[in-house]
Amino acid sequence: MTESSANKLLNGDACHRTSNGKRSSKNGFVKNHCVFQQPQKYRRPREKNQNVTRNSSLYKKPFSESFEETPLLVAVLTYMGYGILTVFGYLRDFLRYWSIEKCNVAQEKEEQKDFENFYTRNLYMRIRDNWNRPICSVPGAKMDLVERASHDYNWTFEDTGRVVKDVINMGSYNYLGFAENTGACADAAIEVTKKYGLGVGSTRCEMGNLDIHEELEQLVTRFLGVESSLAFGMGFATNSMNIPALTGKGCLILSDELNHASLVLGARLSGSPIRVFKHNNMISLEKLLRDAIAHGQPRTHRPWKKILIVVEGIYSMEGSIVRLPEIIALKKRYKAYLYLDEAHSIGALGPNGKGVVDYFGLDPKDVDIMMGTFTKSFGAAGGYIGGKKELIDYLRRHSHSALYATSMSPPVIQQIITSMKIIMGEDGTTLGADRLRQLSENTTYFRRRLCEMGFIIYGNDDSPVVPLMLYMPAKIGAFGREMLKRNIGTVVVGFPATPIIESRARFCLSAAHTREMLDTALDAANEVGDLLQLKYSRREQPRPSLGWMSEENLFD
Amino acid sequence: MWNMVAVPREAARTATIQSAPAYHLILEGILILWIIRLLFSKTYKLHDTFKLTEKEKEDLIEEWQPEPLVPLVSKDHPSLNYDVVTGPPTHKIIINGKECINFASFNFLGLLDNERVKQKALASLKKYGVGTCGPRGFYGTFDVHLELESRLSNFMKTEEAIIYSYGFATIASAIPAYSKRGDIIFVDEAACFSIQKGLQASRSFIKYFKHNDMEDLERMLKEQELEDHKNPRKARVTRKFIVVEGLYINTADICPLPQLVKMKYRYKVRIFLEESMSFGVLGEHGRGVTEHFGVNIDDIDLISANMENALASIGGFCCGRSFRLSGQGYCFSASLPPMLAAAAIEALNIMEEDPDIFTVLREKCKHVYKALQGTPGLKIVGVPCAPALHLQLERSSGSRESDMRLLRSIVEYCMDRGVALTLARYLEKEERFLPSPSLRVVVTIEHTEEDIEKAVSCVQEAASSLLK
Repeated sequence: MTESSANKLLNGDACHRTSNGKRSSKNGFVKNHCVFQQPQKYRRPREKNQNVTRNSSLYKKPFSESFEETPLLVAVLTYMGYGILTVFGYLRDFLRYWSIEKCNVAQEKEEQKDFENFYTRNLYMRIRDNWNRPICSVPGAKMDLVERASHDYNWTFEDTGRVVKDVINMGSYNYLGFAENTGACADAAIEVTKKYGLGVGSTRCEMGNLDIHEELEQLVTRFLGVESSLAFGMGFATNSMNIPALTGKGCLILSDELNHASLVLGARLSGSPIRVFKHNNMISLEKLLRDAIAHGQPRTHRPWKKILIVVEGIYSMEGSIVRLPEIIALKKRYKAYLYLDEAHSIGALGPNGKGVVDYFGLDPKDVDIMMGTFTKSFGAAGGYIGGKKELIDYLRRHSHSALYATSMSPPVIQQIITSMKIIMGEDGTTLGADRLRQLSENTTYFRRRLCEMGFIIYGNDDSPVVPLMLYMPAKIGAFGREMLKRNIGTVVVGFPATPIIESRARFCLSAAHTREMLDTALDAANEVGDLLQLKYSRREQPRPSLGWMSEENLFD
Repeated sequence: MWNMVAVPREAARTATIQSAPAYHLILEGILILWIIRLLFSKTYKLHDTFKLTEKEKEDLIEEWQPEPLVPLVSKDHPSLNYDVVTGPPTHKIIINGKECINFASFNFLGLLDNERVKQKALASLKKYGVGTCGPRGFYGTFDVHLELESRLSNFMKTEEAIIYSYGFATIASAIPAYSKRGDIIFVDEAACFSIQKGLQASRSFIKYFKHNDMEDLERMLKEQELEDHKNPRKARVTRKFIVVEGLYINTADICPLPQLVKMKYRYKVRIFLEESMSFGVLGEHGRGVTEHFGVNIDDIDLISANMENALASIGGFCCGRSFRLSGQGYCFSASLPPMLAAAAIEALNIMEEDPDIFTVLREKCKHVYKALQGTPGLKIVGVPCAPALHLQLERSSGSRESDMRLLRSIVEYCMDRGVALTLARYLEKEERFLPSPSLRVVVTIEHTEEDIEKAVSCVQEAASSLLK
């Protein structure tokens, strides 16, 4: 099963290292039985945590991801930065305790010792103005922000009464540009509001199952290519309420390191043991599978009733895409079940917008449970689960949401129906295909330009979520504010959503972004990058036209 | 000078070895030999005895057969085929093709069909579109959300309010945001499913007290007090909460709030009140059970309610004192679509303009309660002012399945004659204290005298003909 590096280059695979250049031969693995083998010694400096894409035959096109390693100096300076902030934090807490400084937030004595509260009070508060920015328009490609001012260092905000108009929106999850207040979707939603009203007042299994719900579910079934599907009112709740219905005690959940909070909560509520494998690392997953089946449940060694692998389509903090062909091969080999959460990837990936399965050209019937949300690419709210008919029938009877939660609101359903029909091309126009193409062009262009400028960008080359590394705590606040001054709205993320030294800014691209908007944003990012010295990348810059191919040639 | 220092040192060294006692040297020698032995001996790992050979592993992997992902559900299971409503779920509802009067949707104030609410929602749709495309932290906060939150906190006279995009997730996220591992929660047995999920997510110690039984609760609190005396340090960092509902959805009765407040101050516990059924129903201005009993709202630490009943919108809100109102369902989930928030604001306007509707609603509830007394074979569960009553079988047949089938036949009988009722549904295996099978009868402000007459006579006919 091993391939030489020369063959891999011929196949057009991007080769990446395994963890940190160590010889990984001591895991207790036996080479001839595993689906994926230990990699050979192929050194590529400065890349970390990569899996070698061994089975290139499973991938129909190149799978290129990169997570450039943090430069050492930057890591040291980042820790120093946090250290200084912590010292100042203790100093201020001391001043507040002795009432030399006024304490602006009501808190109880015992909570002062909590690290979470310490972090919130002393670090998060300083840069709080970068989050929860209120908007007063459609969250489309351009939006209007409500201007806020704070006179007491971000403890409280007040509206100045002014509105910052036409801020380029690189923060909302609007991949296909369906967040709009005019057009076919809005008109249809208006009609449905007039006919059905807004609320439903009952649960799906009592008096809340409207004919429009059934229509939605049939459409989602057709869109995904599965046998049946069920829709829910909230994406977060779809995960946290349905995973407990599918697994219980005696079942095992194998979950990716970087799974979303809703998946973690759902797995916890189910009561099954959870084992975590390294992010997108198929060798780690295979090892867990083999050990689980061979050793059975802990202590009693009874065989597991079922094993559920829980992964996401696109991981929104890393921008990485799941290695679905390899996971499906593993799943078939070890008879596990696969739960795929396509919150960010449905509508955004694939030539037909049908998600990761479409992107890799696989059969939707191979994924046992296809879950997704309607919030991101469809401009609505809610979630769905698609799969075999038995699965959906079971969920109709046993899902917490179907029995206890109010059904979805009719205009939201209509928005989903209209937008899904547009994506599938059933409305008679090419609007859907145009938007899909625009999104993938925007993604390629934006990522390439940012890489050329010298920023460290994480993730897969085809993912519309673009994380740009900032690292230092001061730069988190500075980046957000500087971009806003130049009329670009971005999202910055720090601890605890990311590891402590890997804070980042995140751009979410949209089909509604025109080339001019992207250029404006890129120029602003360039300026701010020079101002804040964010261009950490130490790669050889590829010549623009050859893209990824040239990096291989440099090593020949 | 160095010589003078060196010589004594030399002498000291030789003196040390020679003057050391023999046992000392022997002991050290043995120690060194033991260390050498340990260094070269094979390590004995407990795991080794269980280590499987690769062939054994392969065989196990080949043999292992998982259970099917889901067990088969029988085809004629009642929950499998939902009743389909054609058109809007308002006062007159078309269910399974038959036009009926709606006694099943929680449309207490009749606002599902209100023109003003629809107009405001349409205006919001024309301004903002449908979805918000982001969580509250990342450009998902709209000025409509902030307006709704400030209106709710003014209406309920609390410091702050926050809104959630899903009613079920409101209390299920609020409880784990406050109560962590090691804290103690006292909760009523009849608490609804979303509270149970919130409790499970919080990982705290849960203690159930008998439904509305203040003596049982007091006994438990006293026991806890004794425990605290034994271990005061631990008691100082453990928080205690009581979780109750204003109007219970499973039993349709009201919690004794004044006694709970007394216990709160005596035993130093915090009260979380779930007011989904009582918000917009009880109280002079519709503020819920606190207004009903005249309790000061500052005595309650957290009030949570969903906006899907009286406010005829979608979502929920939490209100109370400032710190840490936000749960996972708030931070990690997309925000409420602005048109639904605008609808809720307009519904709140209607509630504030016309406080008489609450008295009218309660009168109708009392009327229905009195009229349904004496139905043959069915008994009413609930208090007269509750808008959602339960009708349980007086004599159970012994099996839950056949009780449900019997009640379902009553529902179908009524639907054929133009009255829409529903069976109260629960997840049998997941509920902690499963309520008995019952019919749900919901009274709304839009029901006229004739509607109520018709429904009551229908139910009584059905009961007398089907329940022998």
